[in-house]
Amino acid sequence: MLQLNQIYKVFNQGTPDEKLALKSLELTLEKGEFVTVIGSNGAGKSTLMNMISGKLIPDAGSVIIDGKDVSSVDEYVRSKMIGRVFQDPMAGTAPHMTIEENLAIAYGRTNKRGLRLGVTKSRRSFYKEKLETLHLGLENRMNAKVGMLSGGERQALSLLMATFTNPKILLLDEHTAALDPSRADLITKLTKEIVSQNNLTTLMVTHNMQQALDLGTSLIMMDKGQIIFEARGEEKQKLTVEKLLHEFQRIKGEKMLNDRAVLI
Amino acid sequence: MPTAIFSSFESGLIYAIMALGVYLTFRILDFPDLTVDGSFVTGAAVTAIMLVNGYSPIISTGAALLAGFAAGSITGLLHTKGKINPLLSGILMMIALYSINLRIMGKSNIPLFSESTIITSVKEIWSKTGLDSFLNKGMELLGLGNSVPSTWAIIFIMLVISLVIKFALSLFLKTEIGLAIRATGDNQSMVKSFSTNTDNMKVLGLSISNALVAFSGSLIAQYNGFSDIGMGIGMIVIGLASVIIGEAIFGAKTIARATLAVIGGAIVYRIVVALALQVQFLQTGDVKLITAAIVIGALIIPQIKDKQKEKSMKRKRLKELQMQQTLVKGAKEVATAKSNL
Repeated sequence: MLQLNQIYKVFNQGTPDEKLALKSLELTLEKGEFVTVIGSNGAGKSTLMNMISGKLIPDAGSVIIDGKDVSSVDEYVRSKMIGRVFQDPMAGTAPHMTIEENLAIAYGRTNKRGLRLGVTKSRRSFYKEKLETLHLGLENRMNAKVGMLSGGERQALSLLMATFTNPKILLLDEHTAALDPSRADLITKLTKEIVSQNNLTTLMVTHNMQQALDLGTSLIMMDKGQIIFEARGEEKQKLTVEKLLHEFQRIKGEKMLNDRAVLI
Repeated sequence: MPTAIFSSFESGLIYAIMALGVYLTFRILDFPDLTVDGSFVTGAAVTAIMLVNGYSPIISTGAALLAGFAAGSITGLLHTKGKINPLLSGILMMIALYSINLRIMGKSNIPLFSESTIITSVKEIWSKTGLDSFLNKGMELLGLGNSVPSTWAIIFIMLVISLVIKFALSLFLKTEIGLAIRATGDNQSMVKSFSTNTDNMKVLGLSISNALVAFSGSLIAQYNGFSDIGMGIGMIVIGLASVIIGEAIFGAKTIARATLAVIGGAIVYRIVVALALQVQFLQTGDVKLITAAIVIGALIIPQIKDKQKEKSMKRKRLKELQMQQTLVKGAKEVATAKSNL
């Protein structure tokens, strides 16, 4: 479903701040696969997400979604196939528009926009039905401005908006990081439900190792623009936080040794 | 004096169409578009030159609308494709339009007193209906017999036109494309992630806005009986004044409410200016200064009001706290007094 081939990305090329953000990155996601991504700050996780969504264009390499090479396709065209939830609860919704208007915009992701009304009677009941699946009572506040909702409610709405039109790929960019623990749990639970119900191909970045282990079918660890560890299927299910930390140190240690060898 | 109020109503309703255009860019798209100063004149210029050359008033007015649409789309392309800052792309277009408008008109002023315009045609049709005498009688019954206008035609037709535009605009902003335009002004990265070409939305919004502005300019030229190269100076500020005053007085909770408020704001603005000019000290040339003062006032007064409200709330709360403390103290004293007994 998603294939990244030999992706390179350099920021600030030719300046003292030059940074190799992604280095010959290879990643393949099968249909229905749910991959969690962990790694320290600056490892290239966000760059990876932006590369898939089309916010950034790779310097070299190709991005293939559902068999189509979309490496140089504009973000707004690509987003027909991609649902995305951001870290900031403010980022995924339009605050001065109502809940139903926001859903109407999300509905337009796969359906060509025209001069039809965005919210009609039949659409409203469809939106309402979808909102009910969140169990937050938002279905009774459809005319409320989204700016009035709490962070958790907004993030739940963002998640619904990103998924209810069945995107080919769902990108979750630390989407529970800005929430308090109980709200984060709620969003995690909703994510689990929605992804499994719709069999969505999902890539989720998180800083929470436990969450990375609880969710998803596969796990990848990134460091310095590369994938340094990958666990799929059964191997992933057996992982624990300790094992993961151990693995991280082992790989980093080896690398350090190598670096030292080069220096000597 | 009452006739001054009446003509403020008439011109206010025409300028309201321009203000609706400004509302669309300034509030909905969050794009301070200065093209308005130029495109207003473009509308007037196109209509004037076509009327002088014998085209029908309706076609001449329609052409003004299209010219404004084109001007707005160029501003939009400068900003989206040329990546020029919004303010600067508007200013550039405004300056460019000054020369273009001179070219269209061929000279700096075209009088239209002898042409048949939309305004004269409406007046003609209206006079056949005999509604004026009917309405004037009504005014006499209300004891306002000496403040009747020469004709009710303009107020009536302009009220209809501006309301039709208001309803069309608020309906358009509820369509799928309209929602995408609103979201572009509200949260651009979000609407991009829902597969909207935000560049196109901005260009479309700016085009519609300037089409309305040029339409308003065309009607003003026909209403005043001339088109002049300088008639657009400060138009953006008048538009902003109408939007801000309207929202402050009539509220802006929903789109339907806000668009109605903008029309109200445009009329109130005209009345305020007319009243200000009644003051002996002020001259016609001071209109722009008065406008600037009105806008500055409308922007600053709400802030001062909010601050005062906050202060008085604080004082109130402090007083309440003190009251409570003295009450508690008092209660304690009573208690000790009782225990002393």
